[in-house]
Amino acid sequence: MFVPCGDSVPDLAGCTLLMPAVSVGNVGQLAIDLIISTLNMCKIGYFYTDCLVPMVGNNPYATAEENSTELSINAEVYASPSKKLVALQLRSIFIKYKSKSFCEKLLSWVKRSNCAKVVVLSSSHSYHRNDLQLRSTPFRYLLTPPMQKSVQNKIQSLNWEEMEKSPCIPEIDDSEFCVRIPGGGITKKLYDEGCSKEIPMVILLKFVSEGDNIPDALGLVEYLNEWLQIIKPCCDDPSASALPWKMPSSWRLLFGSGLPPALF
Amino acid sequence: MAATFFGEVVRAPCRAGTEDEEEEEEEGRRETPEDEEVRHQLARKREVRLLGRQTKTTLEVSLLEKYPCSKFIIAIGNNAVAFLSSFIMNSGVWEEVGCAKLWNEWCRTVDTTHLSPTEAFCVFYHLKSNPSVFGSCPRKNMQVTILTCRHVTDYKTSESTSSLHTPFLKALKTQNFREPPCCSLLEQPNIVHDLPAAVLSYCQVWKISAILYLCYTDVMKLDLITVEAFKPVLSSRSLRSLVKNIPQSTEILKKLMTTNEIQSNIYT
Repeated sequence: MFVPCGDSVPDLAGCTLLMPAVSVGNVGQLAIDLIISTLNMCKIGYFYTDCLVPMVGNNPYATAEENSTELSINAEVYASPSKKLVALQLRSIFIKYKSKSFCEKLLSWVKRSNCAKVVVLSSSHSYHRNDLQLRSTPFRYLLTPPMQKSVQNKIQSLNWEEMEKSPCIPEIDDSEFCVRIPGGGITKKLYDEGCSKEIPMVILLKFVSEGDNIPDALGLVEYLNEWLQIIKPCCDDPSASALPWKMPSSWRLLFGSGLPPALF
Repeated sequence: MAATFFGEVVRAPCRAGTEDEEEEEEEGRRETPEDEEVRHQLARKREVRLLGRQTKTTLEVSLLEKYPCSKFIIAIGNNAVAFLSSFIMNSGVWEEVGCAKLWNEWCRTVDTTHLSPTEAFCVFYHLKSNPSVFGSCPRKNMQVTILTCRHVTDYKTSESTSSLHTPFLKALKTQNFREPPCCSLLEQPNIVHDLPAAVLSYCQVWKISAILYLCYTDVMKLDLITVEAFKPVLSSRSLRSLVKNIPQSTEILKKLMTTNEIQSNIYT
């Protein structure tokens, strides 16, 4: 359930909700971290649930000593009121058999809040690509029916590729075709529920492999930015070296502590 | 999938934890009514139950309603519990008011309906002389203290963990906790998970004043030096009044260690 930080419930009507699916390479979550950090979004509440493994830590977006001691939990909601953007960040994995319950609770909250649309940032195993997918861009999108009317033209002008359908049961020759997102966590569930509950939802995903997924996250936010224009695109000057996306301070030591000098 | 150096293709573990998701979908499709009934029974068996002290039957009202308190201290793990028993609970008379019983597939006990008192995983005590202190219902003026340990290899730092002087104490506090902590706060990107995180998350969300004291150690079994690393906590405003006799506490602790050592020595 959504619990506001302050005393009153913030009004999310008409806002775009950005959220990650916990998926291969954690790309969606890294992308949301980049967005929250770059736009300096402020925390407006918690999505308190027993469906995710509990975790706590100090403010992952701290920029100075003063703001580094605010406690963060596993599911929090941030907002940028000027851009009518709301971001839900999920920081841990689902407890077994609880992902369906989470999807239901999340989507009822989305409906009650009257969000204009939901954008799910996700990823899928790159080794599952077929020959055509191997030769094309690694980014894909999916739209639920309520979104198709409003954004189809814009999407077409961007030359984006829709996620292809594949055989539901690959081993059987005449199997039906459906959308499959291996490694995508709850992405498929969210998409199916979004279609059946008529929620305006867009799924944006990238084919990735596990490893250093920071470049994948940067790629995914740039892909999102082509459409939503969250930040001004990079100027055409090739000498501009500054990265427009700000990495949060919590991205330090992603691959563990320092090495013991005696190792060498 | 990943290819190893030996030319085999193996299923690489996914750190986003998504391996089970396809399994779950298949389970949904193949599940018969009998399977569903078995799953529900298993879920009921795994429920955490709070039992009253005298009756050992399930409590009808929440423990905090029956024994409202201003201080709630929870110790998780053998070293934290040893510290709590020796240094806080040695003063005054602490009365057992209830316990929490739970079971899951990892437990070694077989019978869940008749667990003996020694198998209780969590026991609640309250201080008889000052019932407002509780040694287990969100009260806005309640303060929660959580003590636990973690292995030092969980601690991320730019230097190597082998160069750290263990054990050391770190703290995490909720927004409503106003006192200065007894040690430095846990720096990013370090996190805490499981039960201590669950308690602290609850307190943060429902605006309860709470602090978690986390001892990073390289000895996870009961160890004198690790337990003594919690000592700075005794100077905190909330626990100061509960501490009476430190030399006596140290004696109690030493006795606890010796009992434990004898039990764990397989050669005598």
